[in-house]
Amino acid sequence: MKILVNGDWRDTGAVDLAAALAELGYGEAVVATALNGEFVPATSRQGAHLSEGDRIEVLAPMQGG
Amino acid sequence: MSGDSMPGEPTPGGRVPGGAMLGEVGLGGRALEVYGVPLRSRLLLGTSRYPSPAVLSAAVKASTAQVVTVSLRRESSGERAGQGFWSLIQELGVRVLPNTAGCHSAKEAVTTAHMAREVFGTPWIKLEVIGEDDTLQPDVFGLVEAARILTSEGFQVFPYTTEDLVVADRLLDAGCRVLMPWGAPIGSGRGLNNLFGLKALRAHFPDVPLVIDAGIGVPSHAAQAMELGFDAVLLNTAVAQASDPARMAAAFAQAIEAGVEARQAGPMEPRDMAAPSTPVIGTAFLR
Repeated sequence: MKILVNGDWRDTGAVDLAAALAELGYGEAVVATALNGEFVPATSRQGAHLSEGDRIEVLAPMQGG
Repeated sequence: MSGDSMPGEPTPGGRVPGGAMLGEVGLGGRALEVYGVPLRSRLLLGTSRYPSPAVLSAAVKASTAQVVTVSLRRESSGERAGQGFWSLIQELGVRVLPNTAGCHSAKEAVTTAHMAREVFGTPWIKLEVIGEDDTLQPDVFGLVEAARILTSEGFQVFPYTTEDLVVADRLLDAGCRVLMPWGAPIGSGRGLNNLFGLKALRAHFPDVPLVIDAGIGVPSHAAQAMELGFDAVLLNTAVAQASDPARMAAAFAQAIEAGVEARQAGPMEPRDMAAPSTPVIGTAFLR
């Protein structure tokens, strides 16, 4: 199925957010995630089921003012 | 967040470069304390727009800042730019104040704050809800709404606001214990645009820590803010875009120290007419 990851369409077989992050290669990276505009804590990524067309945001620390 | 090893540790004389005397009562009779955290340095520094990570690191050290602002952005699994940046910040041993820059609604800001709390491990959040793209001025309605939600969820909110007294009151009602009024639009370097409004804000809320956030261009602006009795300044572009950011950061630290000293020394009142400083009595008659 296709999901939107940080604005780009990606094909995935992942059933939940945790699996998608692993499949996409984020590994142990320090990131925060949102699914369809809602924050998903790290502890809830497993079990956050994905459906066709879902939007995922994967954010990391960045410079800021 | 790192707590123990902060830059700007006191020298044997007890004086902290760029800050007031350790333990000294701060401006207006207060020590500067934000959400229970005492801060020796009255400069909070942004981490954006530096020419390189090395220059950023040098500038933070030269500034003696104990708090730096950071943000969250989309991370590519290939580049992982955020991971390197986060390591650099952690090595500096400073507290981080994550922002919600780029958010245009209370909902976006609240979601971003949740994500920031998880990544940075701090309840501190510099709350920005932008209302207008030319001036980047805050949407104060969304700001108050988001502040109310976040404080109820245990966040310690640093709201980027205007000098409006009523909005300030609402933010305090919402649970904010520090306010960050703008000096001028973000990145404009214009200094303190509305002196009358800022003085009124200081006078109305003598016991609330007030941090001038945004618009500071040169060290004299920061000194002026301290002379007016503000508790600290938060700036980024003025240092990051200087030809020599580390040198400018040190200049800001000195200016802030001078401003703090001047405030405590009690500045004279301006007058409209001249007043001779040399005694008039005993002047020779030589006509």
